Amino acid sequence: MQFAFLLEQVVNGLVLGGYYLLIALGLSLIFSVGGIVNLAHGAFYALGAYISVEITKRLGFGGAVALSPVAVALLGILFERFILRRFYTSDPILSLLVTFGLAMVAEQAIRIIWGSPPLPASIPPMFRGSVFVGDFLFSRYRLLILAVVAAILLGVWLLLHKTSFGRVVRAGIQRPDMVAALGIRLQPYMTAVVMLGVGMAALAGAFFAPISIVHPAMGSEIITVAFVVVVIGGLGSFWGVVLAALLVGVVRGITIHFEPAAGEASIYVLMFLVLLVRPRGLLGERIEKFE
Amino acid sequence: MVSYNRRTLLKGGAAFAGASALGFPAIVRAQAAKIKIGHLVPLTGFLGAIGGYAQLGVKLAAEEINAAGGIMGKQVDLMSEDSVNPATAATKAQRMIEQDGAALLFGEISSASSLTIMQVAERNKKVFFSTGARSDALRGKNCNRYSFHCDIPNTVMVNAVGTALKQQGLVKGKKFVTLTADYIFGHDLLKAAKAFFSANDATLIGDELIATDVTDFSPYLLKIRQAKPDVVCCNLAGNQVTNLVKQYAEFGFPYPLVGFNLNTGDAWAMGEGNLSGTWPTVWYHTLDNPASKAFVAAFTKKYDKPPENHAWIDYVTLKLIAQAIETTKSTETDALIAYFEKETQFDIMKARKGYFRAWDHQLVQEAYPFTVKPKGEMKDKWDMLVLGAPVPVANEPLESIYPMKAQNPCEMKA
Repeated sequence: MQFAFLLEQVVNGLVLGGYYLLIALGLSLIFSVGGIVNLAHGAFYALGAYISVEITKRLGFGGAVALSPVAVALLGILFERFILRRFYTSDPILSLLVTFGLAMVAEQAIRIIWGSPPLPASIPPMFRGSVFVGDFLFSRYRLLILAVVAAILLGVWLLLHKTSFGRVVRAGIQRPDMVAALGIRLQPYMTAVVMLGVGMAALAGAFFAPISIVHPAMGSEIITVAFVVVVIGGLGSFWGVVLAALLVGVVRGITIHFEPAAGEASIYVLMFLVLLVRPRGLLGERIEKFE
Repeated sequence: MVSYNRRTLLKGGAAFAGASALGFPAIVRAQAAKIKIGHLVPLTGFLGAIGGYAQLGVKLAAEEINAAGGIMGKQVDLMSEDSVNPATAATKAQRMIEQDGAALLFGEISSASSLTIMQVAERNKKVFFSTGARSDALRGKNCNRYSFHCDIPNTVMVNAVGTALKQQGLVKGKKFVTLTADYIFGHDLLKAAKAFFSANDATLIGDELIATDVTDFSPYLLKIRQAKPDVVCCNLAGNQVTNLVKQYAEFGFPYPLVGFNLNTGDAWAMGEGNLSGTWPTVWYHTLDNPASKAFVAAFTKKYDKPPENHAWIDYVTLKLIAQAIETTKSTETDALIAYFEKETQFDIMKARKGYFRAWDHQLVQEAYPFTVKPKGEMKDKWDMLVLGAPVPVANEPLESIYPMKAQNPCEMKA
């Protein structure tokens, strides 16, 4: 019985990993292509949650989950065009500072627009409760999230590996100079990558608003875990991020099973161990421009 | 905030020295005639959501006091800042006393931060009113003669909810699982809960210590199901409570969820249909008495929403401080302590008056268990709770639900 309980934690950890993935994948993509560590990524997650709460009041939950990422992706255009674009070739410390500052501005903006008390949000009644799949208990709502994450993951993978768009983006990660030599401007691709990245973060926000507290600092709370996932997975690797997100979810679940108070610390210990053995991350590729 | 370079200011000051020979002394006099009071409350972190309400409450109180002519004819100069964490809280408290010249301090919600401010107060021999911290230990083994405690302590919350649970038959012979906030407050609350369980034939079959920054409770929820309890009891704090309740509703477990700690702000943040069970509170904006109604009306007029319980206690505390200074005609520490230790009765917007108990400086007052209003009966989104009868009942002494000297001994050094 003890083993079944442990297995249940593992499966639940995988589901949670799917949610980390939505945030970490965009962070990793933006870093890989633009060389920018986007410390403001959490702000887009928070905005996604807040906008979804607003849309839910008018168009219901379905509308919120569909439209909130679109709205945030449009904001992403402005973010890329007017801020990020200036920093692709400059000292990384500048983009770190500017996105860090932007994260604080965004948090304060949320306070000004929506106020500092948290916003209430609930799951639609039809997704409430849990179901048994085999011997495992799942929250109905998280199964929905898992299905959507799987679909998005497949979509992003196809986009990166089976389209000409993806070929340019992947080439841009490895050899931007060659891409330029071939007469391809990377900038429009970068805009699209940023839209995709912040849109996924917003989707995570929209999905998590009904089951966790919606407050101005929610973005800065999630960003740390997202970074841990990206660092463990290795920069530039799609599957590395996927693997790391699932691993982080599972390790946290198993730790809580045995030693609940150590749950949050476990993911940092994991990061420490991975970096000790493999500094470039689990599946991290050797990227010339970052060497 | 506008800040000037000291040198620039000096140069400017020198240039205007002649012209302002008449003006400056007047300004200096006006500043000296203010009474400076320091207020610290978490505005960020897991208690930030409810701390925001506390700040709204004190600002209203300060405005009202100043509009009515101040204290002893002097205006109140309220400094209200984010206490951030225990270490920063202590640093800011020290700065407010030492550099800003605060006559006394009040505020705080986190028991851990309150403890460090209490130590600063003792070191500097200044009065500190801890308005929102609930740990019994602050009134017991950590007590000192400079610190007063306005919120109900953990033992009272356990007694308030426990009384209601006993009436519902949810205690005797039942198996409990608790979820506990992993810091001084949670540990302390668990201790009070354990004492209650063992005194009332209930068994505690599991406890999970949970870090204050946890947002995902699913692994803990799975463990709860594995333990198969009769009742799940929440000893968490701030955002933890909101997150747990939302996710408990998400998983839809059959075991009733009750809790020994909840603030109205946490409940308001949850959203429709998520909260159930019986919980404690210290004050709610629907209480029917004249002082409470006047406060709710003034607050709602200013901020367009009703006050939360931290807005209430911080508002009340500043008013009590003003009253004490006015009566004693002094901001001296010893005079203020003596005033409150006389166990003067105060109208604190409840049916019965409250007073600070001399031996542990606890504001002795009524508490209330509450359940959640069915959706159809809510007048607005703030009207969520149905208050039970006040605890203790009207013919019992107020102190009957508070820890006695033997249970929570406090020794104050003179």
